[in-house]
Amino acid sequence: MSFNLPSARFSFTSILLFFSAVLAAQDNKVNNIFENYLNEIVLGILGVTVLLVLFVVYMVADKLLKISSEKAKSDAGQKSEDESPSVLPALNEILPGNNEYPHLNGVKPFKLKKGHDIKIRGRAIKEVSEDYFPSSYAVKPKDFVEMIPIPKLAVEVGAEVKAGDHIYFDKRRPEIFYTAPVSGEVAEVIRGEKRSINEIVILADKEVKFREFEKADPNTLDKKTITEKLLDSGCWPFIKQRPFNFVADPEEKPKAIFISGFDTAPLSANLNFTLQGESKAFQAGIDALRKLTDGKVHLSLDAKRKPCDTFENVQNIEKHYFEGPHPAGNVGIQIHHIDPIAKGEIAWTVGAQEVVFIGRLFLEGRFNTQKLVAVAGPKVKNPSYIRTFPGANLEELINKQVDEENVRIISGDVLTGKKVASKGFLGLFNNLISVIEEGDQYEMFGWLIPSYARPSISPTFPWTLFPNEEFDVNTNTHGEARALVVTGQYEQVLPMNIYPVHLLKAIMANDFELMEGLGIYEVVEEDMALCEFVCTSKTNVQEILREGLDYMYEQS
Amino acid sequence: MSKNPLRTILDKLEPIAAKNKFAHTLHDGISTFLFQPNLVTQSGTHIKDGMDLKRTMVHVVLAMQLCLIHGMVNIGHQHYAAMGMYPGLTEGLIPKIVYGLLQLLPIIVVAHVVGLGIEFAFAAKKGHAIEEGFLVTGMLIPLIVPPDIPLWMLAVATAFAVIIGKEAFGGTGMNVLNVALTARVFLFFAYPTEISGDKVWVSYDYNFLHQGASALFGDFLHIKDNLALVDGFSGATPLALAAEGGWGAVTEQYSISEMFWGFIPGSVGEMNKPAILLGAGMLIASGIGSWRIMLSMFIGAASMGLLMNGLALNPFMEVPVHYHFIMGSFFFAMAFMATDPVTATGTNTGKWIYGFLIGVIGMIIRVLNPAYPEGWMLAILLLNVFAPLIDNYVIQANISRRLSRAA
Repeated sequence: MSFNLPSARFSFTSILLFFSAVLAAQDNKVNNIFENYLNEIVLGILGVTVLLVLFVVYMVADKLLKISSEKAKSDAGQKSEDESPSVLPALNEILPGNNEYPHLNGVKPFKLKKGHDIKIRGRAIKEVSEDYFPSSYAVKPKDFVEMIPIPKLAVEVGAEVKAGDHIYFDKRRPEIFYTAPVSGEVAEVIRGEKRSINEIVILADKEVKFREFEKADPNTLDKKTITEKLLDSGCWPFIKQRPFNFVADPEEKPKAIFISGFDTAPLSANLNFTLQGESKAFQAGIDALRKLTDGKVHLSLDAKRKPCDTFENVQNIEKHYFEGPHPAGNVGIQIHHIDPIAKGEIAWTVGAQEVVFIGRLFLEGRFNTQKLVAVAGPKVKNPSYIRTFPGANLEELINKQVDEENVRIISGDVLTGKKVASKGFLGLFNNLISVIEEGDQYEMFGWLIPSYARPSISPTFPWTLFPNEEFDVNTNTHGEARALVVTGQYEQVLPMNIYPVHLLKAIMANDFELMEGLGIYEVVEEDMALCEFVCTSKTNVQEILREGLDYMYEQS
Repeated sequence: MSKNPLRTILDKLEPIAAKNKFAHTLHDGISTFLFQPNLVTQSGTHIKDGMDLKRTMVHVVLAMQLCLIHGMVNIGHQHYAAMGMYPGLTEGLIPKIVYGLLQLLPIIVVAHVVGLGIEFAFAAKKGHAIEEGFLVTGMLIPLIVPPDIPLWMLAVATAFAVIIGKEAFGGTGMNVLNVALTARVFLFFAYPTEISGDKVWVSYDYNFLHQGASALFGDFLHIKDNLALVDGFSGATPLALAAEGGWGAVTEQYSISEMFWGFIPGSVGEMNKPAILLGAGMLIASGIGSWRIMLSMFIGAASMGLLMNGLALNPFMEVPVHYHFIMGSFFFAMAFMATDPVTATGTNTGKWIYGFLIGVIGMIIRVLNPAYPEGWMLAILLLNVFAPLIDNYVIQANISRRLSRAA
């Protein structure tokens, strides 16, 4: 049942007020109320006055805030394209029908109401601070969820490799190769528990040497050639399949390919900025992908921002616009609204950045994965972008940008990223490094009277009145694990027609048919990460969901 | 950063407490009450929402405080009214408060000692942390019992509710029936004379605390004055009167503003409508109580009431529907009982159905049941049992829609 929450609350309160007024009016002794409760009435009037004064103070402060931020932006030479820092909603957010964005050319955007933007201090400014080329890089088999723990190595320690040379493959699917991002010497294989391979470290050359492939216009190639080229170069693993989020099977026929052109995760890199000027490569990538499916290639864009030239100019593609808080930028949410995955169907997804890599393979004939990576978070000194390759060693960066000890470095965003050691390496798919404080502190009466502001969807925290407030977050769980008690909060942040709590319970009960019926094929961990964030009972939603997906895969 | 001295003490005690299961649970309980633990995220999301179950529960308890304060004053007010003293609301306010407090305090203490004691024992036995569910239950039980309830009965009922109603199902979050209502329904069926009729809603006597405090407050509370009941005083509640003689019989005894502001005989905390509505507003504003359930329960009761007005087969059915809301405990049940997230439906569509049915069935029980002129307790417990079924139908609808897409 769709019901607008604020308006329903308002009408409910009005009904109650009206009702009590009717009652009071029918009472002959109505005057008694005023005699007996004169003090209360006076107090009430006083209270309203205080509220009014506070409101005026607030309005003035808000105005000052706007002015100072505009000034700061013009000082920094930026255009004020981001929303104003006002705590009040802008007029066009309140008035319906006034929500049209000129760059949509009349296309109706998908408006998602549910979800939540976690505002964290230290978003990267649109500046490339340096070209970052550290001495070592790593290939991480664990970037892929379905990879067997000990993949087969295609090189030995000590071998010289070029960017695009085969490093390892999954023994179950030996046709898919995983290749080196940079050239150099294979220095070390770092193993984890039960000898599983965590990282294969490459000592990089000063200058990247590329393995050369044939340049070609993908429009002139057939599906087989394109597939072979992607497999051989190591570009194929960029293509994921739904359900399960596995690397796509080259033999499968996907019903469509979906690409998300924006990222709404906390602190996420701005794809409009990182993909600027990549028009040609992006178009070539799209052309190649179009040959792989009989269906359409969909690109979803942020309705609120004017897309960069790369997205603006791209041809032969179905464009969609989405408006709403996180997780609106997740490709899974977009698929759900554009063309949901039914049982037995397969859709492929590719990251926007990865489309560029595929395009470069055809344009330049190289496996060139250089990209812009945002370094952001409250513990970063100058949050900005750096240009580097996937797998880059984070140690040098950490030394320069972070000088505190008790921090957590995350390759990816704070909801779905992976914790890395300070000498760790950037993940293959991540274009964000988040640095936040470790929250291993006791907090006296923290559950009742919190000593610092923290993000939350609960209006019991006073600062939730100020939606644009940015927080210094840490990794404290803010409470202990409990049974699921509070209902409705998962639904509040999942813009899908899915019952997340019941899905989780079906997974815990290993109920195959119920999981299928409740739509497990439509979600992967990132889509339900916000549910895990908001959960009052501190349930590990993503872990449970992955168990369910693995179970479904075993059964099929 | 220097360490909090309290934390140092707790850390020192920890190895000592670890030797004994019960002591460990107790230490853990106190420690997590005083300090939010230093746990950090291990897998999954790296940051977590600031909300936890303790905070959720404490906000429900806060929302009930006005009802509790009003209950305290009203116990005293009714007591002195029965003795023919201080008929005005503001007259003798201090003796009223002292009397009410001394009457209410043992009820709250007994409910908490028994309930929390059982919680502690189960937590120690099962080796998990103490859960917060009883914070709310322990506050709800004193609010829904008659002020004159014998303490041993209260203890038995609380123990029954916590053991059979909750722990038998696996503890907080697993129970099928609302725990506080289980306690009350136990009293209702086991000791019917103590929870229905005219005699139980006003506290006439002085309990052991009053006696003990008589040295201090004796003159003040008029304990030694051997006050007698006023002739013709009846402790009947509006609902009992309406069941006998319709709306006319009610207004003979009580004015509408008395009923609205709750200065009438009844359970401890269920009567002051503005206090309850403020609490309900607080629950809605903080997103803890489900406004869907509250609104649909209101709609359900109103529509059933209108239907009864239309039929008008007996005087009780003729009572105008809007007056039904100020008699009895409709708003209290709506704000604090029906919205219990554990026992209510979990889906949003289910919440609409659940609330509506409580409204309808509660109204039927209230008006048409000759044994007990109040319906919300039984209606909510009945719908508690049906809540999983309602959810099941809602979910099946979702599943069949998804499957039809696949076909």
